[in-house]
Formats: sequence, C-alpha cells, structure tokens
Amino acid sequence: MRNRFAETFYELGKVDPRLCMIVADISPAGSITKFRNEFPDRFINTGVSEQIMIGMAAGMAQRGLRPFAYTIATFALYRPFEFVRDDLCYQKLPVTVVGIGGGVSYSTLGATHHAQEDIAIAMSLPNMTVIAPCDPAETEAATRWCATQERGPVYLRLGKAGEPDLTSGASEPWRFGVVRRLRDGDDLCILTYGVITKTALEVAAQLEAKGMSVAVVTVPILKPLDVDGISSILSRYRRVVVIEECVRRALTVEVLALAYQVGAKAKIQAFHLQDEFIHTYGTHDDILRSHGLSAPDIVKQILAG
Amino acid sequence: MTRVTFNIDRARGRCAKYRRRILEISQTVNALHVAPAFSCTEIVDVIYNEMMQAGVDIFIMSKGHGCMIQYVILEEKGVLSSEEIALYCKPGGRLGAHPDYGTPGIEASTGSLGHGLGISVGQAYAERLKQSQTNVYCVLSDGEFQEGSTWEAMLMAGNLRLSNLIAFMDNNDFSGLERMSEGHPAFYPLADKAQAFGWDAIEVDGHDSSALVDAVRQRTNDRPLLVIARTVKGKGVSFMEHEPIWHYRSPSPDEYVKALKEIAQDLA
Repeated sequence: MRNRFAETFYELGKVDPRLCMIVADISPAGSITKFRNEFPDRFINTGVSEQIMIGMAAGMAQRGLRPFAYTIATFALYRPFEFVRDDLCYQKLPVTVVGIGGGVSYSTLGATHHAQEDIAIAMSLPNMTVIAPCDPAETEAATRWCATQERGPVYLRLGKAGEPDLTSGASEPWRFGVVRRLRDGDDLCILTYGVITKTALEVAAQLEAKGMSVAVVTVPILKPLDVDGISSILSRYRRVVVIEECVRRALTVEVLALAYQVGAKAKIQAFHLQDEFIHTYGTHDDILRSHGLSAPDIVKQILAG
Repeated sequence: MTRVTFNIDRARGRCAKYRRRILEISQTVNALHVAPAFSCTEIVDVIYNEMMQAGVDIFIMSKGHGCMIQYVILEEKGVLSSEEIALYCKPGGRLGAHPDYGTPGIEASTGSLGHGLGISVGQAYAERLKQSQTNVYCVLSDGEFQEGSTWEAMLMAGNLRLSNLIAFMDNNDFSGLERMSEGHPAFYPLADKAQAFGWDAIEVDGHDSSALVDAVRQRTNDRPLLVIARTVKGKGVSFMEHEPIWHYRSPSPDEYVKALKEIAQDLA
C-alpha cells in the first residue's frame, strides 16, 4: 500500500504542480524519494512536529496548493487532532491526511502505535471524508481521487507494505461514495474495509467450503457512507456480518443504526477491535487474533450464530 | 511593503476612531473582547493602513479574540458592511467573537490559540513557491507563545527562512489568570528566543505607530520577522487598562460615556 501510494503520488505530482507532500519525519520510501529529488520545494519535512505539519498544510491549501500530510496514523490524526479539526475540517480545506499503519498493523510497536480508533474518530469530524483502501489497487484509486477532489479534508487510512492484491477479480470498480462487491453470494454478506478485507475473504472461503454462499462487499469510503448501498444489502440478505479493524463505533454502529432505521430483518453479527488497549506483540494477525479477529474464530461464531 | 510617507497624527486619529467604533458595538451585545482589541489597535492599524498591499498581502489574526479591531477596519474599507457589523454575535449574523474563514477579509479561522502562526507559515511558504510578492502578516497574543504549536511554527519558519512572514506579538503581559511576568518568569526574554529559532526580532512600544512601522521598514528581508510589541491591555481607556475584567466585558452605559470622553481626546 505504502509503495503504491508513493508511486501514484509521484505520477500525479509530476503533472500537477499543486501537489505537495508534508511529512513529519516519516516518509514513504521509493517513489517519494524520487519526488523529493525532482521537486525538492514541494516536499517538506517538518521533523517530529505534527501540529505544524497540519497547520502548514492548511495554509498551503488556502493558497491553492494540494498538500498531503503523511505520517504514522496515530501521529497524523491523534497528536495534532485539534489542528485536523479546526484547521482542516472547520475550514473545509482539500488536504489529505495520510495515516500509515492504520489499525493495529504496527503489531510489535505497542499501543502507542496502534490506531485502533482512527476510523471512528475521523468519521466523527464534520466535513471529513474517510477512506480506507483494502489493497494496493484501491490505494491507487483512492490516492487519485484525493489528489483531484474538491470536497474538503480526507483521512486516508493505509496499512503498511506488502499487502496482497484482493480486488483484481472484483465484479465492481472502485468508485467514490459507493460500496464495492468483491464476490457475490446469497446466504450471507460480509461488509468490511481496509487491510482486514483479506481476513474477510478467508472467512468467506471457509464458509463456502461448508456450503454457504457468501458475498464480500468492501466499504472503502466510510464517510460519506453509501447509505443506499448498505440499506439494499440489509434488505437483500438474511445475515450480514461486519468485520472491521477498528473499535465498534465505526462501521459497526453505522450498520446497526441503519438496520434499525430501515427496519431491516437481517441478523447482524459484528467483529471489531475491543474497547481495550493491547499489551501483546507478534504479527499483525497475532494482534488481530488477540481481539477475536482471526478467520477461524470469526467462522466459528458465524456458524454458531 | 511600507509606504514612504507616514503621518503619525493620521494613525492616531484612525486608532481613536476604531476604538470608538468598538465601544459603540459593545453597547449592542452583552460581552465582547474590548481590551484584547484595544491592546493591538495600533498594530493592526499600521498593518492594514501602512504596510499591506491591498489585494496582495494577507492578514491573519491569530489571537482571534482580538478580531473586533479587524472587523472595524474591514468595515471602514468596505469589505464588511455596517449591516453585518450590526448583526455581530446575533442570530442571522456571520460575525462572531472569533474570525471565521469564508467571511470576507478573513483569511483563517482562529480563536483556538496557537493555530494562526502555523497557518501563516503554510500560506507564506505557498506564496514563495508561487514566486508571488505576497507577504503574510500575523498578529499573535503573548499567551499564544505558551503553546507548543507556536514554537513548532517558529522553528519551521526559521528553517524555511520565510522572509515574507511578519509576525507581531501583542505583548500585553496578561494571560487569562495572571501576568506573564509574574506567573511565568521564564517567558522572558522574548527576542532572544525568537532569534535562536532563526528569526529576526525587535522589541518596540506597541502603541507607538511610527516605531511599529520603522521596525518593519528596517527589516533585513532575509528571514521571518517577529515584532515584539509591548502593549497595554485595554489601552486608551484608563479604567480598562491593566484590568483583567475587561478581557471579556462590555461597558455599562455610564462607563461607555466615560470611555468615549477619553477616546475623544485623540479624535480632535
């Protein structure tokens, strides 16, 4: 994801002189180094100073530039939170805040580096658009959209590096504002987004092996939420499962609220990070498993439900 | 760019007129930041009337609670209408106690302290990238220099040598609870701190309009400039000066008449 983001930004930046990259001592490697070498004035490292990263991005956007502010998700969103809120959201400026290592992908760095509430927090901000691609191809599509959009600020949650391709066989393309069906099925529909989509697809495959017909739909744009798309899923399926790498107050509560609003009869099961900090280490999958987010655990609960 | 001719009497007359207008408006609402506007009246006056190139330069009121002085100057310049001023802090109006981006003449939403300088750094940098002639003028309270974010912005402006950024510290020595000099002795000296962060810095009497103009005229144009303006909170009305209660209070009708009399001396 990180690399595809950097490659895409470099390609776009070559033709659009408004695009600038502001980082706080964390940089996507590879193509951003090329960008920095070719356009040194449009690459700014504020050092370990996230408030000025966001403040500068706001000022630059007000003067017609298109800054991307990039660092580890916790430091992109939490440390300068009031600057994101006042400078970007309140003033409705087209700045993309890129949070790398969103969710709990920094699995050995401890809770200080876990953005386990990032989506929920970003979704609560007025004017904020929230996007969480699930693989490199969605990252490219989202980055292209962010570079040209006029809506206002965006929180773009990325994973790290090495995420597999999950969407080349998708029946629907990435489009802003709509959910995206990766595979179709009749008995149950999984709603998911971000890196954990890989787990959702594993869950679908395991359920399929047990005779269930399972659809997987990503919700790459968490805000504005595709209310119509999710409503029609809630009315079409008898069972809907939400799998998200965030605390409950993100997609899960949105789906539950929507189900209530539209009077959906679907049985809904949600799998998300728990409302507690993580004091264990290991791989990303190990960390997810500690909060019940492994494919076998989820499958077991779906079959029991 | 400062104008060649500077007339101190005209500056004094303008400031008295602005203070009178702020007092007038204060009679239409329960509370308004009179004293914070009075302490930076001369500063904002010379920026708008002696320094800024109209339509080119940018003004950001980082100490958003001082925005009354900006509103009355924008009214005088025809950017804001008297009808809009009449709706200050009222339903249907768009002028509040802090500036809101999108209002004519307002270049950034401020009010939360410690935001304006960072935004100014971004604006100044963008203008340099565009190779424009735009200067960014930013007025901060001294209290804002207690915010870590202001020092992040100071450091970054120094790193980038943003010579098109001119900041003014309204150094009235009052924070919410106490005098800076009493509660925060390490706050001073100020110019040394700014210089150590890569800025040019100069200290002047913040109510001496010609000293403010000279400070900017004589800058090196090589790095950002901080003008540390020693000011008096509530300046111009004796019973408001140095009195914390006037941070956010409108004068009663009697006090209003008394205040107008004092201001009138400069209007002549």
